Amino acid sequence: MKGLVPFGVAIAVLAVVPLLTSSNVVLNFLVVALLIALVGQGWNLLGGYGGQYSFGHAAFFGTGAYVSAILQVRYGINAWLGFCIGIAAGAAVGAVIGALTFRSGLKGSYFALITLAFAEVLRIVASVAAITGAGVGTLIKLDLRPEAFQFQSRAPFYWIILALVGASLIIVRMIEDSRFGAYLIAVRENEDAAKALGVNTTVIKIGAMTISAAITAAGGGFYAQYFLFLDAGIAYGSWISIDALLAPIVGGLGTVYGPLLGALVIKTLGEATKLLTSDAPGLDLVIYGCILILVIAFAPRGIVGIFADLNRRLRAGKTDAPASLEQRHG
Amino acid sequence: MISLQLLFPAVLNGLMAGAVYGLVALGLTLIYGVLHIINFAHGALLTAAMFAAFFAHRMLGLDPYVAAVALTPLFFVLGYGLQRFVIGPAAHGEDRNILLVTLGLAVVIENALLYAFRADTRTINLPYAFDVVEIGPAFIAVPRVIAFCAVMIVALVLWLIMRWTDTGKAIRAVAKEKLGAELSGIDVAHIYAVTFGLGTACLAIAACLLIPTYYVNPSAGNAFVLIAFTVVVLGGMGSVLGALIGGFFVGVVESLSSLYLGESLGQIGIFVMFILVLLLRPNGLFGERA
Repeated sequence: MKGLVPFGVAIAVLAVVPLLTSSNVVLNFLVVALLIALVGQGWNLLGGYGGQYSFGHAAFFGTGAYVSAILQVRYGINAWLGFCIGIAAGAAVGAVIGALTFRSGLKGSYFALITLAFAEVLRIVASVAAITGAGVGTLIKLDLRPEAFQFQSRAPFYWIILALVGASLIIVRMIEDSRFGAYLIAVRENEDAAKALGVNTTVIKIGAMTISAAITAAGGGFYAQYFLFLDAGIAYGSWISIDALLAPIVGGLGTVYGPLLGALVIKTLGEATKLLTSDAPGLDLVIYGCILILVIAFAPRGIVGIFADLNRRLRAGKTDAPASLEQRHG
Repeated sequence: MISLQLLFPAVLNGLMAGAVYGLVALGLTLIYGVLHIINFAHGALLTAAMFAAFFAHRMLGLDPYVAAVALTPLFFVLGYGLQRFVIGPAAHGEDRNILLVTLGLAVVIENALLYAFRADTRTINLPYAFDVVEIGPAFIAVPRVIAFCAVMIVALVLWLIMRWTDTGKAIRAVAKEKLGAELSGIDVAHIYAVTFGLGTACLAIAACLLIPTYYVNPSAGNAFVLIAFTVVVLGGMGSVLGALIGGFFVGVVESLSSLYLGESLGQIGIFVMFILVLLLRPNGLFGERA
């Protein structure tokens, strides 16, 4: 597997952070940024590699969060097991929505619309159903034991979310190298051509949506353990759908590191806005919206694309110089 | 079984509410029909228009129906500017990008309103807001009747513009065959912006019709826009008549389902219908099959 070295370095650098600082503010910031990176990686697989822009990834995030929380609170199931079942449930929701929409041939704007509608239906159901605590929300009981997926300090949470992000990076990297990944990119570039060459594009897209949903649901389950509270607006709210697509777009669509870079950048900007404006509601999201438009207008390939361009220019500069010298001598 | 005494007013109220849904959807479908994009900023722009109508009444004491005369051209210019100077240039002509740019605009507008006016819900008091007219066994609020008539007039005016003016002909030409229109000297970027402006102007009128009986807060428009999406999908993307009929249909369905199921589940009825239509007849009930 290529590119293992930068990956190892990035994860190792991030892993030592809790040893250097015990500041809850710093760790909390990084945990949230990594959570968005994880959810964004889920979106990236379907949106970045497969070209299917979902506006409703909250459907998977919320399912992962609610299933894991409800299993613990109402059925006394172990938190780790609940977390795993939550991921499976999220994947199942992804598979069902994917099967319904892709089999009816929905793409582009229609796909964005229908994913948004599914997330909204789930949000409304969650806000009235008794099992989710309806308007009151679901509170996970404080039980600070590692067996219960709860910890005294933030450092273990940090390492867990880092490990999840690392795992998602490896999964996406492996997909990128696989035949499935090649088919997925073919679907993005030209679906009709891929179909004509015998690729079953519907199955490829459903598969991508299922894995994408599972990764995003893992983020939801982690959110439930970290914050110990859920309501319909948090779990199925549009905020997470927007963060999920913003991170990979800002970082670099269809690149392995895009979601991580993007999440760190947007969360830094979001926190900076909050600091500068004394936590006024809405302003951080105004900044996010502006970033989204600006990135699409001026850097459609995101941060990764900017670095790639710089790199190419530097190299071009280096090779140009000797060439011109040779010409002079010749 | 609920008696006719209850059913008739519910249907009538649904028709009146549906007219405004139809108007919001008209803007959406117009933009879709010509630019072939779904404008995700539609809801946020409706909210902005509702705030404008609210403050026109609060600050200047303007009756919403009077304010509509000023707000409609204002929002036309706003929509024109957004398409010409933000969405068009930023999207580089790629459909996926347009989708994201309008989503970005929606996030910016909605949260700027949240920042400026907080999440407070505001209403205005008009002396005639609670007046009713009697139609058969039903009592219908006067603002709803006015809204119904106004929507009919707007739809007629829009139809006349599209049918008889040069701009209208250019819009239809661009919608049918963009390249051909461009080759015969039509400024496509300008026509796109005009269409977006017309769609946004519809929202200004809808906002002025809504504000006498409805409230405004930074997410007020979203409720309508999801309904409008449903209406547009039902009526067939890009079909003006379909938007009106779809609006009435959704209004009646909503009114009936909240009569039978209660308010919040009534909302689900719309979404379920929306998903079903998208899955089963993505070209709309009146559209041609692909």
